[in-house]
Order: sequence, then C-alpha cells, then structure tokens
Amino acid sequence: MSVQKTYAEINAKIKTGKAVVLTAEELIELVQEKGLSAAAQEVDVVTTGTFAPMCSSGAFLNFGHTKPRMKMQKVWLNGVPAYGGIAAADAYLGAAELPEDDPLNSSYPGEFRYGGGHVIQDLVARNPVKLKAIAYGTDCYPRREFETTITLDEINEAILFNPRNAYQNYNCAVNLTSKTVYTYMGMLKPNLGNAHYSTSGQLSPLLKDPHFQTIGIGTKIFLGGAPGFVAWHGTQHFPSIQAVEGQELGPAGGTLAVIGNLKEMSPRWLVGTSYIGYGATLSVGIGVPIPILNEEIAKYAAATDHELFAPVVDYGEAYPTRTPGNLGFVSYAQLKSGSITVNGKEIPTAPLSSIPRAREIASTLKDWIKNGDFLLTEPVKLLPSPADAPAAHVLR
Amino acid sequence: MSPKRIVLRFGTDISVKPIVYRLVKDYDLVVNIVKADVNPQKEGTMVLEVIGDQSERGFDYLREIGVSVQDLNQEVIRNDAKCVMCGACTAICPTGALYMERSSMEVKFDGDNCVVCQLCVKVCPMRAMEVRL
Repeated sequence: MSVQKTYAEINAKIKTGKAVVLTAEELIELVQEKGLSAAAQEVDVVTTGTFAPMCSSGAFLNFGHTKPRMKMQKVWLNGVPAYGGIAAADAYLGAAELPEDDPLNSSYPGEFRYGGGHVIQDLVARNPVKLKAIAYGTDCYPRREFETTITLDEINEAILFNPRNAYQNYNCAVNLTSKTVYTYMGMLKPNLGNAHYSTSGQLSPLLKDPHFQTIGIGTKIFLGGAPGFVAWHGTQHFPSIQAVEGQELGPAGGTLAVIGNLKEMSPRWLVGTSYIGYGATLSVGIGVPIPILNEEIAKYAAATDHELFAPVVDYGEAYPTRTPGNLGFVSYAQLKSGSITVNGKEIPTAPLSSIPRAREIASTLKDWIKNGDFLLTEPVKLLPSPADAPAAHVLR
Repeated sequence: MSPKRIVLRFGTDISVKPIVYRLVKDYDLVVNIVKADVNPQKEGTMVLEVIGDQSERGFDYLREIGVSVQDLNQEVIRNDAKCVMCGACTAICPTGALYMERSSMEVKFDGDNCVVCQLCVKVCPMRAMEVRL
C-alpha cells in the first residue's frame, strides 16, 4: 500500500518536532540511496528555493496621511515614480520602474543603475528614502505638494505583491546574430558566444510540482526572507509538460503571484538589480515547501537536473520577432556543467539565478519547518495545471 | 623608457593576423607578451609590455583593425557584500578570471587572470565588480 499523508498529519509532526524535512537536493540523494517508495514513506516535507531577477514584482505602500490631507496623485520615491492612481496615501512601486531623467538606452547600452527594485531594497535595508508627492487638491484633500524622508518602519503598511514570480522554467538564451545583444537574459555575445539560463533546476519550486498537486492559493512560502503566501496563479501562467517526439522533458510555463509583509523581509533576499541595455529589476528569493502527500508527489519533487530541460532560444532575432520554435532542448545537468553544444558549436553557459542562494533558501525554509516555526497551509484552491491547458494570447 | 602595459581584446577574425609582428616591424616597438589567449574559435586577449617612440601610432593601428586597446594601470575587485553568486559574469569574462566552481556553483574571482577589460563591471547585475586605480 503506497503512502498517503494529509496536511494535518504533517503539521502535527512539525509541531512535535518529528517531521522529516529535506531540501529537494537531499531528497534526490535519499531516493538514489533508498528508492522512491521508502523515501516517500520517510519524508514529510521537501523544500525548494530560487533567487533570481523577477521583474514583475513591487510593493503596495501606505505612507500615512499628511496634515492638511492630500490625495498623493503622483508619487516618487528616490526619484522613481510609483503608481498613485489608487486611494489617497496608497501607491504601488514597481520593480522595473525608472527615474524620469534616466538616460535609458539613449546612450546604448544603458546602465539602469537605480530603479524601483533598488528603492525596495533601500526600504527593506531601513535606508531613508525621499518621498515626493503632488496632487490637484480637493475640498477633502487640499494639499498639493509634499516632500519628506521616510523609512520603512515609519509608514503604515508595506506589502510586497509580485504578480509574476518564480517562473517554472525558462529559456536558455543564445545569440545567433553577428552583433552583441543586451537582453533581460544578460549580455549575449554574437555568433553563439555564450548561453544564459535562469532557474535553479532541481531546486526550483515549480519544477518540483509540475501538475500543481500541492501549490495553490494560500500556500505559505519563503518570500524575501520572511513567511509569505501564494496569492493567485501568476500572470502568464501557462503550465505545460514539454515533450519532443513523445519524450517528456519536464514542465514549463507556470508562474506564481506572491504576497507578504515587506517590513518582515530582508535586503539579502530582495536585491535591486540592473541589466545593461535592458533595465532595472528586483532579484527575489522564494522557497516553496512541498508536502509529500503521496509517492507521486515525491517522484516529481525528486526530479533531477538530468530530467529537467530548457529550450535553447535565439534572443538575437527569433525571440524579439516572436518567431516560433527553438534550437533544441538542453538539460539542467548540461547547463550546470558549464558548456552546451548548439548548432554543432560548444558554447560556455552561465546562470543568472544564484544556485548558492537557492540552496540557502531551501535550507533556511527547512530549518524554519524543523523548528516548528512554520506550518504548512493546505491551499484554498490549487492553481491551474497543465491538464487545464490555459493558453497564451497573441496581442494583435 | 619604462614599458607601457596594455590589454588587447579582439574577435576571432583578428586571431589569424600577425599583429605583434606588425607592431615590431612597422612601428619599431619592443614587445613583451605577458599573457596571451588566442584561439580562432573565440574572443582573444593579450597583455603586452611595449617600449618604443611610436607606441601610440602602433596602438592606433591596432584600433583601426578592430582591436580594443586599454591601459593596464587599474585593477578590478569584487565587492563580496554585493555579489550574490549568480554567475552572470562567468560566460562574459574573456580570460576565465571569473568562473564557477562546479557542484558548489559558487562564483570565484582569480585576480591574477584578470586583464581589466571591465566587461564584468558593465554586466554585473548587482554592480559588485569595481575598478580601482
């Protein structure tokens, strides 16, 4: 009889300090040593981790009201605009936002040294941040201008809400053209000079639950160094199982929308990031615990870098022009080896996603759970799975 | 006369050209090759010590044929507090001074192999690579 566990049973073991919690890499070792059935029996929770640039991130902030009152129609933080088109004193600061006087790509490739992601890191680092707001003035909100310096602890609320994070899988980016291109996948040298990839492979949260059997709305996670939650499926959540000629090559396409209290987070796990020629963003640390409810869930959580694949895509021309197809698939084991072969040429590979930091997240989350500080939540509703087959629209 | 230390970077098309010979023959320069990585399959680098009255003319010749020429009077250092060990620099660095240690996937920096091309300074997403005079 194969193993069946419930969230309640696992949480009861966590509370008494008896839960067996392993990182995804430790589970892989255990499965190799004892086999899948024994590992599924023994292990209660598997922790995952990823630390990488995630542009679709940002924070809802409530600054508190001025005296006299003000609508705060337009808002800037350290010169970076935040969206003020919501209620008075609320704003949303997006990670990819840039100061209006940033030279952008007018001096190509632009540097994008400071943007919304950097403001978020400054806020969580408890650095003072300049707030400027303007408004048109109403009978109830008469004030039209305001400037001050804030710190994270002085404002009412700061809620990290990232509409698209933790991409399940990502393209391995190369450049087939004869000139260097500057992309969100980094600088890509001409004529297949290098290949960049951006997931932590066998540690990455959504690669370990390909059919969304455990991850759903309300799943408690590691977010930016503090407990957070899955709020919804992320934008562009189009999960699928990649396959070539009937051979399955692991999942791709899922995303998470996540939420948490920015005031509890840490600048180690929310880092302002700049991509030359592309823009500013935020690197976010996310870890998701996977309850081993049955052997099938354990099997997916134990998928190795040899079984997970990324499509190789030309970012010189095919990607920007949205030309379908790819240059083949490579495994994360190949990518992490340091070189792959594309079109017959051996090219060096490099990650944009920090594997040491992903390991640290998985291990921190494991400690939280083992210490009984972090219980698992049963999702209110699971996220759409490949079987639900949501599909992407092309904007015409 | 003290030698000028320079760093050359060039594409695969240059690696088959006798550029050091041209510096010696056409510009009467004394050239000492301190370090060289020349491979027709990839971008090449060379660190030279050059003595001679016509050195600037020789460098202009190199620039005209598409070689990047930089003075080697600076050093690149890594700000360990900012580096998150992502690895984005490691396939860009032309000399392998920045590399990933396999299995740990930690980014290592070997300053001895650095030719101060400063590509890492531009591409590091965390701005962790800094130039010192």
